[in-house]
Amino acid sequence: MDFWSVYAWPTILIVLSILAIVVPIILSVAYLTLAERKIMGAMQLRQGPMVVGPFGLLQPIADGVKLMAKETIVPSGANRVVFIVAPMLTFFLALVAWAVIPFDDGWVLADINVGILYLFAISSLGVYGIVMAGWASNSRYAFLGGLRSAAQMVSYEVSIGFIIITVLLCVGSLNLSDIVRAQEDLWFFIPLFPMFVIFFVSTVAETNRLPFDLPEGESELAGGFMVEYSAMTYALFFLGEYANMILMSGMTTVLFLGGWLPPFDFAPFTWIPGVVWFALKVAACLFVFIWIRATFPRYRYDQLMRLGWKVFLPLSLLWIVVTAGALIAFDWLPE
Amino acid sequence: MVIQGLAFYLFALMTVASGAMVITARNPVHSVLFLILAFFNSAALFLLMGAEFVAFILIIVYVGAVAVLFLFVVMMLDIDFARLREGFLNYLPIGALVGLILLVELLLVLGAWAILPESELRVTAPAPEAASGLTNTEALGNLIYTEYVYAFQVAGLVLLVAMIGAIVLTLRSRPVRRQRIADQVNRRPEDVLVVRKVDPGEGI
Repeated sequence: MDFWSVYAWPTILIVLSILAIVVPIILSVAYLTLAERKIMGAMQLRQGPMVVGPFGLLQPIADGVKLMAKETIVPSGANRVVFIVAPMLTFFLALVAWAVIPFDDGWVLADINVGILYLFAISSLGVYGIVMAGWASNSRYAFLGGLRSAAQMVSYEVSIGFIIITVLLCVGSLNLSDIVRAQEDLWFFIPLFPMFVIFFVSTVAETNRLPFDLPEGESELAGGFMVEYSAMTYALFFLGEYANMILMSGMTTVLFLGGWLPPFDFAPFTWIPGVVWFALKVAACLFVFIWIRATFPRYRYDQLMRLGWKVFLPLSLLWIVVTAGALIAFDWLPE
Repeated sequence: MVIQGLAFYLFALMTVASGAMVITARNPVHSVLFLILAFFNSAALFLLMGAEFVAFILIIVYVGAVAVLFLFVVMMLDIDFARLREGFLNYLPIGALVGLILLVELLLVLGAWAILPESELRVTAPAPEAASGLTNTEALGNLIYTEYVYAFQVAGLVLLVAMIGAIVLTLRSRPVRRQRIADQVNRRPEDVLVVRKVDPGEGI
């Protein structure tokens, strides 16, 4: 009896709620790939996938089955263990971060005190999957991709960290639900607009998306760190990258776009449940990710580094000082 | 309580084991990866003690930044292990002597170390909630920015000096053409372009 109430039931409950988070995320990853191809098709006056199922709706499933049915090839010169672990790590990290994201008021798996630090820690670990893959493949292209990714992600993390500090100054708590609640009157993207823009661009760089996809750079590195991967190992990288995009959009939503809060606090808007607002905002961010991809050419590597270290870093540092000064001067400090 | 005890021993064992692997692994990249594992397990130990802020800062700073740079450098090393081991036997006696002296010193220090009986019980127990209801992030902030503010600032200065030192040591001006984006943006068509009417058969 004691065993059931103390150990077994909580474990079962946690496993069920993890499934309730992970399954929708994997589904949305699958359909994000379809959405990306459809949106980019529309932007380039094409149709996008349209053959498999109505409007191509079954295309992600067909892709998934294809990737699972293929043979996994491990190069003979590769470091086997690290080679296999790297994609698993990427995918694992992209999913494990969702534990602290609040989908609605109280809809969060682990409502920990230092939620934003947890998110920051997990997102800064994402580089290991790529670096390990690049090194273990024992190939020049993959290695160059890994090195590029290491330098790029470390640079952009610094400015992301500063932006998080700016938001924290306005909230006074590291808990993600508290961060959303602090935006009840005004979403943070209005007072902190420059930080919002920098944060979004940094998340694009952090997820290795175009125009910052130099670790993959298919035109110069032939696919970069993924060049030796095939079948399921490749699929895990792919899923991890898209799950990371959704995660970063979720982070933007929580930090700047008011999480589950409706845009206006009166009748027709408050009828819609918070989780729908959350999903809508995440979808809007994802659309911008794809829009950027379809619009901009790839950065040159030195331009990327210049943007991170010489533009974003000083700006975000300055904005911390400005925010802190304003909070003290006008007595707006949260308590 | 049982689970916390088990978790403590698991993480402690993993920390020590991966620490040992750091110095015994043949491949330097594996060493760094084991170092990262050791960092993770020590962060988990901090979490067990209820020090969540310290745990996550450990992961963010050491795993997220420092170890990435280690890995970055170590991956690019091309170490020839056969050459490294060449003079191994010549240095063995003196190395063993140094190791022995260190071991004896450690034993002397640790042998005289008395641990309070109560604190042994606390190893597996989480830190008690502060009476004032502060989270440990706030408690840490209150301490650092009031009582230890000078120590904190001095630590910051030391880091700044180290940073300037690293820049001074590595910065050389090379004769390379650099891209100056401000110059490019400020360039106007009338400064660099001349539009001329060229008559046929004459040239400029």
